[in-house]
Amino acid sequence: MLSKRNKIGWTYFLVAMPFMIYVIAFYFVPLFGWVYSFYNYNPALSFSQLKFVGFDNFVKIFHERSEIFRVLKNTLAMSFLMILITPLPMIAAVMINEIKHNKFKRFIQTVTTLPNFISWIVVFALSFAIFSNEGLYYTLLRNLHIDVPVIGIMGNNGAAWFFQAGLYAWKTIGWTMIIYMAAIAGIDSEQYEAARIDGADKFGLMRHITIPGLGPTLFVLLLLQISNLLNNGLDQFFVFYNPLVADKLDVLDYYIYKVGWGVSDYSYATVLGMVKSLLGIALLFAVNYLSKKTKGESIL
Amino acid sequence: MISNQRRSLAERIFDILNYAFMALFSFICIYPFYYVFIYSISEPRLAQKGVYLWPGQFNVDAYIKIFSLHTIPHAFLVSVEKTVIFTVLCVYFSSMLAYLFTKHVMPFRKVMYRIVISSMYLNSGLIPWYITMKTYGLRNSFLLYVLPGIINAFYIILIKTYIEQLPASLEESAQIDGAGFMTVFNRIIFPLSKPIVATVAVYASVGCWNSWIDNYLLVENPNLQTIQVILFGYLNEAQSLTQDISAMLANAGSGRQLHLSPETIKMSITVISVLPIILVYPFLQKNFIKGIMLGAVKG
Repeated sequence: MLSKRNKIGWTYFLVAMPFMIYVIAFYFVPLFGWVYSFYNYNPALSFSQLKFVGFDNFVKIFHERSEIFRVLKNTLAMSFLMILITPLPMIAAVMINEIKHNKFKRFIQTVTTLPNFISWIVVFALSFAIFSNEGLYYTLLRNLHIDVPVIGIMGNNGAAWFFQAGLYAWKTIGWTMIIYMAAIAGIDSEQYEAARIDGADKFGLMRHITIPGLGPTLFVLLLLQISNLLNNGLDQFFVFYNPLVADKLDVLDYYIYKVGWGVSDYSYATVLGMVKSLLGIALLFAVNYLSKKTKGESIL
Repeated sequence: MISNQRRSLAERIFDILNYAFMALFSFICIYPFYYVFIYSISEPRLAQKGVYLWPGQFNVDAYIKIFSLHTIPHAFLVSVEKTVIFTVLCVYFSSMLAYLFTKHVMPFRKVMYRIVISSMYLNSGLIPWYITMKTYGLRNSFLLYVLPGIINAFYIILIKTYIEQLPASLEESAQIDGAGFMTVFNRIIFPLSKPIVATVAVYASVGCWNSWIDNYLLVENPNLQTIQVILFGYLNEAQSLTQDISAMLANAGSGRQLHLSPETIKMSITVISVLPIILVYPFLQKNFIKGIMLGAVKG
């Protein structure tokens, strides 16, 4: 006979079962799709009819290396710009902290986090409204009788990376700033008192207390950003893709989509996705190891 | 407190620059929304010449026409429906599983918890996901919008942490009264977790409202299109909708003279697709911030 305690435990277990089946079905079963890496996938055929091709799809990465290098260059360029942006929310938070009018402070916080809540499609719509040829920016320039380039910024190949990084910054800075503001709120106020008594001015407090106090947060966010080296996300590059900037916006996530839906090479797209996922997990563990070594803390 | 007299010149210059910079930053974040809004309610020809701060000649013909077209109000409703249904399912079931994970008497509790948490780091990639959804028969189905993602590891961490700090006595007294698992969860745990549930509901609903890749790749049925995809389609001059609208523009001559332009219509659809977010924004922002604080404590 089971004890009453055990009986309750097993009841919980039974209730948890459907949830676990769900988790397996939606998060683990898709991983079996990686098996298509070794086949020549064709949506019209059943699995038994598919042709086994061994490592051919992996060898293809090597054959297409010039394409892959181009895509990796875009991916790493975007990631590098995003890493450069990482300290900006911290600087913004330190500055906001110096604003003493609470209403203005709350206003800034409310307004700057809004872009975080909209989809990339809406970002595209707003960007179109402002930067397209008939948009606000060029209309304003024309009204001021300033020469307008034939091709606007959204089609400017040379500026494409920087424009996308700018949009990313616009969408995320206000939001990430809040994490730092939470960290500032957590700094011991006695430290400030002590420094003031020692005669520190505003800049002294910022340099010696606020900014060092935010160091750990910056470190964690920087590491997370680094672990996302290969993930730029599909949405942004999907919506801003156009023929004029195509060769610059081909990041890994977009390229995988293109290989899959553009040329219907599903197996090769699966291989690329799989390699990207595995490298991503490896990077995350590496970064976590680095964090444990240097700070003695896990970020996972 | 540093008194005003002791503030140095450098500090005062810093303050002025700081206020100016923050005002500029706020302006950059909010103005695009404002611009699109005033453009959408301006007379199209005036708008084309440039509107900056105030709408030029108030005009809502674009909205009138959009709402007389079946496509856009319908897509808006689909988006609302999927967001509401998904949020309810996600919040309720994620909370229930989180509650189960607080039960130390449950066998295999740790193993199951680890499995759920590891789902956060696994990513099969676009194609395997697509094939799996198709195999489950979710292609061209409304269920595609509301089934995936109901159990979310990050939400479970948040809710579990919250439930763990609730006083155990409340639950124990209910159990002595003979209440079963579902009763305790529905009557006690779920209502008591309201603060964290609100936060998770906000995360889930914003994510769902803004998602569109699932719709774009797996749903062709015109009756199941969401507002995001419709907006994207129109921004890119997708065939069918453009035809609808140009037919509409051609008919505009009959009866009352309508003031319409493709730009005004684009702007109006954009406004419609952000409107729900703006309307509940104060609520959203408060709960998002709460979530980020809890997440920061946890992580």
